[in-house]
Amino acid sequence: MSKAVSSAGVSNSGIGASVKRREDVRFITGQGSYVSDVEMQRQTYAVFIRSPHARARILEIDASAALAMPGVLAVLSGAEMAADGIADLPCGWAVVSKDDSPMKVAPHPTMAVDSVNYVGEPLGVVIAESLQIARDAAEQVLVDYEELDAVISLAGAISAEQIYPEIPNNLCYEWALGDEAETNAAFESADHISQLDLSNNRLIPNAMEPRAAVAEFDATNDSYTIYTTSQNPHLERLVLSAFVQLAPEHKLRIIAPDVGGGFGSKIFVYPEETAAAWASKKVSRPVKWTCDRAESFLSDAHGRDHLTRVELALDKQGLFLGLRVKTTANLGAYLSLFASAVPTYLYGTLLAGQYKTPAIYVEVQGVYTNTTPVDAYRGAGRPEATYVVERIVETAARELGIDPAELRRRNFIQPSDFPYETPVALVYDTGNYGASLDKALELARYDSFAERKAEAQSRGKLRGLGFSCYIEACGLAPSQLAMQLGAGVGLFESGEVRVNPTGNVTVFTGSHSHGQGHETTFAQVVSDRLGIDLDSVEIVHGDTGRVEYGLGTYGSRSIAVGGSALVLATDKIISKCKVIVAHLLDSEADLIDFEDGTFTLRDSNQSMDFAEVAAAAYFPATFPEDLEPGLTATAFYDPDNFTFPAGTHICELEIDPDTGVIEIIQFVAVDDFGKVINPMIVEGQVHGGLAQGIGQALLEEAVYDEYGQLQTGSFMDYCMPRADDVPNFVVDTTVTPCTHNPLGVKGCGEAGAIGSPPAVINAVTDAIGIKNISMPATSEKVWRACQQSKSSSGGAV
Amino acid sequence: MSAEQILIWGGGIMYEFKYHKASSLDEAQSLKTNTADGIYLAGGQTLIPTFKQRLAAPSDVIDLAGIEELRGISTSGSVLSIGAMTLHAEVAASTEVRDSIPALAVLAGLIGDAQVRNRGTIGGSVANSDPAADYPAAVVTLNSSVITTQRTIVGTEFFQGLFETALTEGELITRLEFTVPDRCAYAKFPNPASRYAVVGVMIAEYSGKIQVGVTGAAGCAFRALALEDALNSDASSAAIDAVHIDVENFNSDMHASAEYRAQLVRVMAKRALAAL
Ligand SMILES: Cc1cc2nc3c(=O)[nH]c(=O)nc-3n(C[C@H](O)[C@H](O)[C@H](O)COP(=O)(O)OP(=O)(O)OC[C@H]3O[C@@H](n4cnc5c(N)ncnc54)[C@H](O)[C@@H]3O)c2cc1C
Repeated sequence: MSKAVSSAGVSNSGIGASVKRREDVRFITGQGSYVSDVEMQRQTYAVFIRSPHARARILEIDASAALAMPGVLAVLSGAEMAADGIADLPCGWAVVSKDDSPMKVAPHPTMAVDSVNYVGEPLGVVIAESLQIARDAAEQVLVDYEELDAVISLAGAISAEQIYPEIPNNLCYEWALGDEAETNAAFESADHISQLDLSNNRLIPNAMEPRAAVAEFDATNDSYTIYTTSQNPHLERLVLSAFVQLAPEHKLRIIAPDVGGGFGSKIFVYPEETAAAWASKKVSRPVKWTCDRAESFLSDAHGRDHLTRVELALDKQGLFLGLRVKTTANLGAYLSLFASAVPTYLYGTLLAGQYKTPAIYVEVQGVYTNTTPVDAYRGAGRPEATYVVERIVETAARELGIDPAELRRRNFIQPSDFPYETPVALVYDTGNYGASLDKALELARYDSFAERKAEAQSRGKLRGLGFSCYIEACGLAPSQLAMQLGAGVGLFESGEVRVNPTGNVTVFTGSHSHGQGHETTFAQVVSDRLGIDLDSVEIVHGDTGRVEYGLGTYGSRSIAVGGSALVLATDKIISKCKVIVAHLLDSEADLIDFEDGTFTLRDSNQSMDFAEVAAAAYFPATFPEDLEPGLTATAFYDPDNFTFPAGTHICELEIDPDTGVIEIIQFVAVDDFGKVINPMIVEGQVHGGLAQGIGQALLEEAVYDEYGQLQTGSFMDYCMPRADDVPNFVVDTTVTPCTHNPLGVKGCGEAGAIGSPPAVINAVTDAIGIKNISMPATSEKVWRACQQSKSSSGGAV
Repeated sequence: MSAEQILIWGGGIMYEFKYHKASSLDEAQSLKTNTADGIYLAGGQTLIPTFKQRLAAPSDVIDLAGIEELRGISTSGSVLSIGAMTLHAEVAASTEVRDSIPALAVLAGLIGDAQVRNRGTIGGSVANSDPAADYPAAVVTLNSSVITTQRTIVGTEFFQGLFETALTEGELITRLEFTVPDRCAYAKFPNPASRYAVVGVMIAEYSGKIQVGVTGAAGCAFRALALEDALNSDASSAAIDAVHIDVENFNSDMHASAEYRAQLVRVMAKRALAAL
């Protein structure tokens, strides 16, 4: 089989080629098959009854009027569900407090039983013949509540009313990492200390496709099939069986077909698909549920929401001596599936950034409030860490009068330092931070920034420039390490390569694609390794009934972990092929070479191509007893370490001081993702991440009123970034291949959202000449800051 | 059980209602009189979302889209007349409007997004009196008349408060008439999320006299008389700066405080003045 090869030596479809995404044709012509497209015979419709109160006792649920309506099949409550043995929704990561006590878990019934703890919490579900009837009936279910005082403000949560009797101060845990004594000592010997109080705004993920589920119980064999919008169907199956007790694992099939975006919010096991499945057994009919947008705003896990004090100790030369961080993280009303890990292990461990800070100490208080649960959202912990580090570093540079690029460079971990062990529990394998910074400075034309600033000033505009030199830990995760740190599951990945008799290949991956383009990228990897056409490779994912096992997609892990599993599986295929070829050519397997799809007997002119070997594997007329027919291989890959994508983002913007309106003039992102499989897809991932990061910095914020009602419950009030809110991005890469996975890849899905917010805010504060402004830097906040800085010489806003 | 005690969902499913497509003004009005709780439907850009959120439960919906006499743009002498069912996109693209009051075409082109402009109507917008809508700025500024099935209402007397107008039960706007000014400009500060006006300012000049209309800032659009006085004695940015903007009746919400809105009135007024 021959492949076209470009002049640069990269095949047109192999590793390194910008192949157009194969899945996009069906997506952009409206032919994707999403959960809501699934129609089952005799299906019924679910509408949830949700709490209008942030905190209340449920005194009585009167469903008699609803049940009397024609077409209503059932009104089911959380109490009935619990009575049926459906257990609480679990949190999958056990965090231990600094006093060695385990985290305090608020009981989280799948649907509320006695009390409700956030607006939108489901406490019952109506099942009816049509959506119209279900919705009309839901309105007739009368719930008698006794309202209780709710805890809404994060800042006041610890001293507020106690939400759960068994959880004093609403504190889930007080976690710490790093050496406190050493860090305090570093501050005592410091020449300069910089300090900032930061907030990391609460975000609502807003995937384009709302969550949905279609569930069917099959009484003939006591099994469930659940179509749902999941980033990790096997994990969903594990949780629903082992923890929630819905059914044994072999009696559950979870299918996550085309899924329209997740950004973390579809990792978690939610009440709704669980209740839909259970209800399908109760009514002996399939049950369909589709979230509407207003419902998504209230019930999808939110992201971020931290308050942090950070201090950086430096010496006279500007070398970092110590970093001290104290954070309060909002967990919402209950612990969602990975909520406990996000502000701890995914946050505190990243506080070294790209720097050789010798002493770091971080304390995190995870607190409950009567708000929607908060969990992983694109970046998950790492954007929060990057924001803390990159804001304080920029602040220190300004206070010391050192160029911010220079200060960073002085403190960078150098290429010769790798592997580098940080004071916060990670070992970085490789990187070249100076290279990314240099390239970014050049692309940003940093040298001539002062001229541009002066020119802007002549037009009455304030121009600013801000840096962010971020690092993230991706490729979640080495199972042993993760489980030592409290993870409830291993974080390996599985892949299976099935070579069909005619030589084409069906690939099964435990990674899930919900916008990332796996059907293209993974096919590139397999076709490249096997030396066959891209079109001969089909990628299957998202179905526990077809894919052997998987832990899914999050933490930029798909290519680094899922892709590596496929490499191991293709290696097994190639080994088996060599045995077959050796048998057919009457030789030894280690005398068979494989290159570009052809097996050759060394030092001979005898060869077989891949398709011939595949055919032979399934027509084993002459195979000896110890050679099995068939050509399939499965591999599980457990990484040795995290991967560490890193890079430099530089934002240049202009402010109209009359209105506070910000225009981003230029945004440069130079990222080191290690080896890149498909540069076009990677660039797309960066663009999306940057848009979300800029959205966080300038536009997005979930706002609750004092009673816990979400004020930003629709797109009329919650400002998602749109195309005209972001500039044309200048995107480039540098490459230090990951040292511990077979592809040398690091992952690229979250970098944009992780690196960009501090670059934007550093640029805003630079433009106005102030120390701090909170995210999102809305036009009114910026205008006020401009007013204040005119009348004083800076200050917090 | 009271409405605020329930919180329910279900794919934007509306309450059931009867749908009628009226083919004449008479038919529309008699449907309105003869139904228990009928409501007129124009572009549906406000109404349909309200239905989907179950904030309204009309017995009957009377669609005005089939009534020919509510359409069309024409000029006669110094008057530009726009039928109530004219789409924002049609106003934005109309040569008639561009030739007579170009700022009105600009205003229409700044409303919402392309989908909204291709469904929303000028009559629906004006009848709705949303405090953040754009057209009301033009209605109060451009010596206009709101022509209804019953009478002619002077533009400056039409808006009476938050979502309140001079219209009486069943009264239909048939068209709007604007007096063509010598010069006119509109400047808008959009809400970044909804793209409605946080503040919009229209300035027009008739025979040397400047008129200033403001939308977005208060409960409904109004004429900014202090700004008019200042500009009529000195049509300059400096004159705008010197005016005290009374924020007593200004809106203050999570998107903009009253003080910020006052600043935006100043800045938008300057921009409109500069574009005049
Ligand atoms: C996302 C979005 C963004 C928007 N942005 C803007 C913006 O930037 N600026 C702006 O100005 N507007 C904006 N709008 C509003 C929109 O432009 C419409 O003007 C507005 O929704 C009303 O017009 P309609 O034709 O859709 O009326 P409908 O929604 O059909 O009706 C509105 C009300 O007016 C009544 N009504 C309609 N026609 C008549 C009539 N002829 N006589 C008497 N009563 C009548 C109806 O009974 C109803 O009560 C936006 C809307 C959306 C959804």
